[in-house]
Amino acid sequence: MRIQERIIEGLLWLSAAITILVTAGIIWVLLSESLTFFSEVSIIDFLTDKQWTPLFADKHFGILPLVAGTMLTTAIAIAVALPIGLTIAIYLNTYAPAGFRATIKPMLEILASIPTVVYGFFALTVVTPFLQSFIPNLAGFNSLSAGMVMGIMIIPMISSLSEDAISAVPKSLREGAYGMGATKFQTAFGVLVPAASSGILVSIILAISRAVGETMLVAIAAGQQPRLTANPLVPIETITTYIVQVSLGDVPHGSLEYRTIFAAGITLFIFTFALNNISFWIRKKYQEKYD
Amino acid sequence: MTNSELNRLKDKAFQGFGIFCTLIGLVVLAIFLINILIDGLGRIDWDFLRNLPSRRAHRAGIYTAWIGTLWILVLSSLFAFPLGISAGIYLEEYGKKNRMASFLEVNISNLAGVPSIIYGLLGLEIFGRVFGLGGSLLTGALTLGLLILPIIIVTTRESIKAVPRSIRDASFALGASKWQTIWFQVLPASFGGIMTGVILALSRAVGEAAPLIVIGALAYVPFAPSSPMDEFTVLPIQIFNWISRPQAAFATNAAAAIIILLIITFTLNGIAVYLRHKWQKRVKW
Repeated sequence: MRIQERIIEGLLWLSAAITILVTAGIIWVLLSESLTFFSEVSIIDFLTDKQWTPLFADKHFGILPLVAGTMLTTAIAIAVALPIGLTIAIYLNTYAPAGFRATIKPMLEILASIPTVVYGFFALTVVTPFLQSFIPNLAGFNSLSAGMVMGIMIIPMISSLSEDAISAVPKSLREGAYGMGATKFQTAFGVLVPAASSGILVSIILAISRAVGETMLVAIAAGQQPRLTANPLVPIETITTYIVQVSLGDVPHGSLEYRTIFAAGITLFIFTFALNNISFWIRKKYQEKYD
Repeated sequence: MTNSELNRLKDKAFQGFGIFCTLIGLVVLAIFLINILIDGLGRIDWDFLRNLPSRRAHRAGIYTAWIGTLWILVLSSLFAFPLGISAGIYLEEYGKKNRMASFLEVNISNLAGVPSIIYGLLGLEIFGRVFGLGGSLLTGALTLGLLILPIIIVTTRESIKAVPRSIRDASFALGASKWQTIWFQVLPASFGGIMTGVILALSRAVGEAAPLIVIGALAYVPFAPSSPMDEFTVLPIQIFNWISRPQAAFATNAAAAIIILLIITFTLNGIAVYLRHKWQKRVKW
């Protein structure tokens, strides 16, 4: 009996330990291929060259245009999702009747469950033509429409995590504000949002991390032209789109062009890893503020 | 206007804005669904589900794509469910307090935040090249299995955590061993929650295209796969492929395939919501 128990515990431990192997595998794959890449391309060029043309005859390996494209779509997405998501969180928490909140929250979650190719189709065939009707010089592929649709997609992330943070503010603070004669609006912005600010910040950081790693939506709607620009009306290319673009082509295995996707991948990984860890750190630091 | 009137006005204005924001997402969702239905519904018939891909839009079907999706779902479940549930049990019931456990915990949350395309790069190198599986169904299933592992682990832990201490204590008091307690008491009591997580993980896997494109799943596969070593395509990749073509007829095909994909995703999510609801009602501690 005791031996059997030990064996079972060992097997369970093994399953948990496999997750460490996965992380190790990701880091090993990204590092080993990019180190070979950086033995041929100088890391200074990689970080400072303003052109990314590894698939052309005149090769340039500057990651900046891809990073700029990623930042641009992310910034547009957050500009859409943050005000809307935060307003929803405050509205559902302080104004909405309980029944309304209970039906609306799962309905908003539907937005997060739709596959991202579907959002790409929506951005390309509905939102872009609609925007073109009053922005005539908007290109068929652009970061504006992709970013806006991505914003809609990540609204539920910000709204539900922020609502959780606002609900966690102790009742006494809220009642104190009401007792002083504050309106719901004053209570929300004077007391609840500042008190829940760390939780709200975590939701924003996680939303940014999600937007940075989003692939199919931008691959379909934002274009495949690496370009160092902040203009949301022209085609750009994100880090993730570039990886898809190379994967769809027939770049020979083990070539320098093939390794560029790992160099792009490690750049992406560093961004999301940093964002995720900042969010942990904030959560850890402020978790027990009101206990 | 006095100060308090102004405050009340601001309050009302914000309430209106709140309703507007809450509805905007749902209105966009509705516009989109109606649009897709108008575009694609007329294209769906039995032939669309049974036909192989074709260069002529009106003859092309999604047979290879949905068979591929089905294979991927079954294979990645076989791999990820036992692994994820075991890992969840270990973290919640056994290694709770030591440093290894807290390291595992941080590691799993990190894995949950890794973009799906990075899993594609992992699968391409490890399963495709080191294991020599190439762009096969097996590579795709293992890659997606790793991708959904954190979701399964996290939901398993949460449902096990919800089982009250007293049930475990009662079981121990009757002389049951630790594993007997977990197997006969804790797991049955948390089954509903675990199932919810498992189905949500499946619904995530159905919609993934990026990691499968990276491991080399082909956009054009002439025949439906018949073994785990075959090349394959899945619904989201087929949709992506059709969207990328200039002809309008392919956009109609894409819309029709999106309807099928959304039916699958919404059904899975619906089952998950139903299970969660039913389980919360039935079990009262």
